[in-house]
Amino acid sequence: MQKDISISVNKIDNYEKISGCAKYVNDVEIEGALYAKTFRSPIISGEIVSITVPKLPDGYFAVDYRDVPGKNGVKIIKDDMPIFAEKILRYFGEPILLIVGPQKSVVQSLINKIILETKLIEPIYDESNIAINYHYEKGNPQNAFSSANRIFEYTYQTGYQEQAYIEPQGMIGYSEGDKITLIGSIQCPYYVKNAVLLALGCSSEQVRIIQPAVGGAFGGKEEFPSLMGCQLAVAINKIHKPIRLIYEREEDIEVTTKRHPAIIRMKAAVDSDNSLVAISSDIRLDGGAYLGLSNVVLSRAMIATTGAYTIPNVDCSGIVYLTNTVPNGAFRGFGAPQIFYAVEMFLNHIAKDLGIDPLDFKMKHLAKQGDLTSTSGTFRDPILMNDLIKRALEISDYRRKSQKYKLENQLRGMGISLFFHGCGFTGSGEATIIKAQVKLHKDEQDNVDILIAAVDMGQGVRTTMSKIVAHTLGIPMDKVRFPYPDTDFVPDSGPTVASRTTMIVGGLVAKAAQKMHDRWQNGVADTVIEQYVQPDYIVWDEATFHGDAYPAYSWGVNIVDVSVDKVTNQVTLEEAWSVYDLGKAIDDLVIKGQAEGGITQGFAYGYLENMEVKNGKVRQKNMTDYIIPTALDTTKITTELIDNPHAGGPYGAKGAGELTLIGGAPAVAMAIENAIFRRVHNIPVTPESIMELIEYGNR
Amino acid sequence: MAIVKFTLNHQPVTVQSDLNRRLLDVIRNDFNLKGLKEGCGEGECGACAVLINHEIVNSCLFVLANVEGKEVITIEEFAKTKRFTVIKEAFAKMGAVQCGFCTPGMVIATESLLHKNPHPTEMEIKVALSGNLCRCTGYNMIVEAIQEAAKAGEGLW
Repeated sequence: MQKDISISVNKIDNYEKISGCAKYVNDVEIEGALYAKTFRSPIISGEIVSITVPKLPDGYFAVDYRDVPGKNGVKIIKDDMPIFAEKILRYFGEPILLIVGPQKSVVQSLINKIILETKLIEPIYDESNIAINYHYEKGNPQNAFSSANRIFEYTYQTGYQEQAYIEPQGMIGYSEGDKITLIGSIQCPYYVKNAVLLALGCSSEQVRIIQPAVGGAFGGKEEFPSLMGCQLAVAINKIHKPIRLIYEREEDIEVTTKRHPAIIRMKAAVDSDNSLVAISSDIRLDGGAYLGLSNVVLSRAMIATTGAYTIPNVDCSGIVYLTNTVPNGAFRGFGAPQIFYAVEMFLNHIAKDLGIDPLDFKMKHLAKQGDLTSTSGTFRDPILMNDLIKRALEISDYRRKSQKYKLENQLRGMGISLFFHGCGFTGSGEATIIKAQVKLHKDEQDNVDILIAAVDMGQGVRTTMSKIVAHTLGIPMDKVRFPYPDTDFVPDSGPTVASRTTMIVGGLVAKAAQKMHDRWQNGVADTVIEQYVQPDYIVWDEATFHGDAYPAYSWGVNIVDVSVDKVTNQVTLEEAWSVYDLGKAIDDLVIKGQAEGGITQGFAYGYLENMEVKNGKVRQKNMTDYIIPTALDTTKITTELIDNPHAGGPYGAKGAGELTLIGGAPAVAMAIENAIFRRVHNIPVTPESIMELIEYGNR
Repeated sequence: MAIVKFTLNHQPVTVQSDLNRRLLDVIRNDFNLKGLKEGCGEGECGACAVLINHEIVNSCLFVLANVEGKEVITIEEFAKTKRFTVIKEAFAKMGAVQCGFCTPGMVIATESLLHKNPHPTEMEIKVALSGNLCRCTGYNMIVEAIQEAAKAGEGLW
């Protein structure tokens, strides 16, 4: 019998990373590469009247919108973001042109000498410029509200969050004849390729994208690198020399996409036996200056509006409004952290108003197999939330500690969150937009290459995929190779996003490996290509938000114990516990890493990481004032898994990467709420806000 | 322009350059040693850490002038040692590596700590790592790796 696939192996890139040999984009040396820097809008909102670029020395170039041979729009969804601003400036730091040349210091001094004349336009920060307006219903919410025993209504607010990958954004590229190659710190090689094709208006074989080692991404390198890729490709197309475009930290924080701040109003109808009969929610996301991926972020948030619960009647509205601020975009969780924070706090607050135990109230409404989802699809797989919760309560001693802290009244509290994450693209995206393809190639020495566009940005996908192939073929790991994705050699297996890689791409890789296994002949080369086919039971109507939004769901419970300092109001995490159902772990240690890293980001989103945009500018400039957790901010974390294999995933695996972040903020906010005996509505719950809550907050 | 002499990875070297240049750039560009990384450029993240006279130093905040007469060890040289092998195996075993961008700096921090304190407590490890940011792991697995290295490398430090 083969051993359990979950048993950990030495990750295939451990040695190169530990020894410093792994090559990240800024470690790639290309002879004669020029240095590029972006000249950016110094104003928040306005019109360009004139630009005066100083006389450029020999070998120095300015590259702007006039150099874009194709469309001056970055292909994301609506292509609304220009590669270089033409006339209108919509946010502070919007790219206007590149200065390119051999000396960094000369490039910088040329940038400093550019004279830009502008006409100011009154900036918009409110909701007056609505770009997206979605609405859906389930059941008959109007009736449910009109006949409700009691109605509750609260508003929740979440802040920005910066991905803060330790490797800043960067790309380097060169041309050979009429072909342009870009090497970049990216999550989605084919997103960059397709964006560059649109920008250059050239044919597919003229653009090649290569991924080196990537120093963290967390969504921050999903769509943003398409902008950089277009700029760099346009510059190379003009200058025909290799060029390096690497951001420094301050530039990265100032202009790259962040998690959308949200205002979420929730209203619930409760009947006489304390059952939730209807929920109505209104989700408002600040998209920043351009739409980018914001409408998809909004969809994911809206679909999860009932949280981990089944509520028969739903009325959900959402908007994305555009403001003259830095564009917001993808960040691990993608709308889910905002909505799960709101819905978890909301149910907690309703229960407190009803005078009943919040956890009992939540458990009474847990979704079960066969229930209709918020969008009237079906939860097809078994839902093990009761087992997950039972185990989490046991290992944390939640009930006893909660009671004890409450009686002691010593600024100590327990918090718990229940949540899920839909795995893969929303709705029919996998079938209609992505159409993933994977390829396995076996050479005559029986070495097998995995040819997919999935990016290992730390989440271990090179190891996970290699393991799936080795296990399925019954060959040693060292006979399997996973070269870094290069669009000249790998098919488009889709972007490395949406908790889709292990389940969807890994599922295809497992299928391909099985095919190769079934016709295996020693010493004979073989190639297998596998294409995604949507299960026919998945029916989704995008216009009405009706049907199955996801093929599968991963589930989780987070519990945290916090204390609040009596003098400084600083929050300390005392201990944390998690139990997850992510189908089946392909590698236990990789999953432990996802679990601990994800929850750390989730907790920090709830109480520590504070980013403010004031008068159109991000106030936090660098890692000194945008605080992410250090080793001293962490606590002991216990993580357990309960297997619940999903037929569509390889060895039963579902998504894991985003799930582990989602429950952190509501758990920590609730723990703080219980510690200070004051209702928490907004995150992050900083020491300043705790001080205000203690002074003025509601119990 | 001035001449600065120091020892880099046990080799005496001479650099003729602007004294205000960051040691980070000198090592990465003049000596083509790319194991140290620039994560923030302001001494917060520790990805650029090197050992100077066996103390961990952020090379992005260290100007060339200050390195005169000192002994600099980068990850490339440290990777040849027995201690590194122990640390490497501990990091792999405990799952301390994800994206890897902070990892060479974490390894340097580990060496700097264990050199001074071969049997650190958990809190001492956390304090020693507090100048090195990691966004992927949540740190516990790195702390566990250092505990493991201290145990497995008993006598090496």
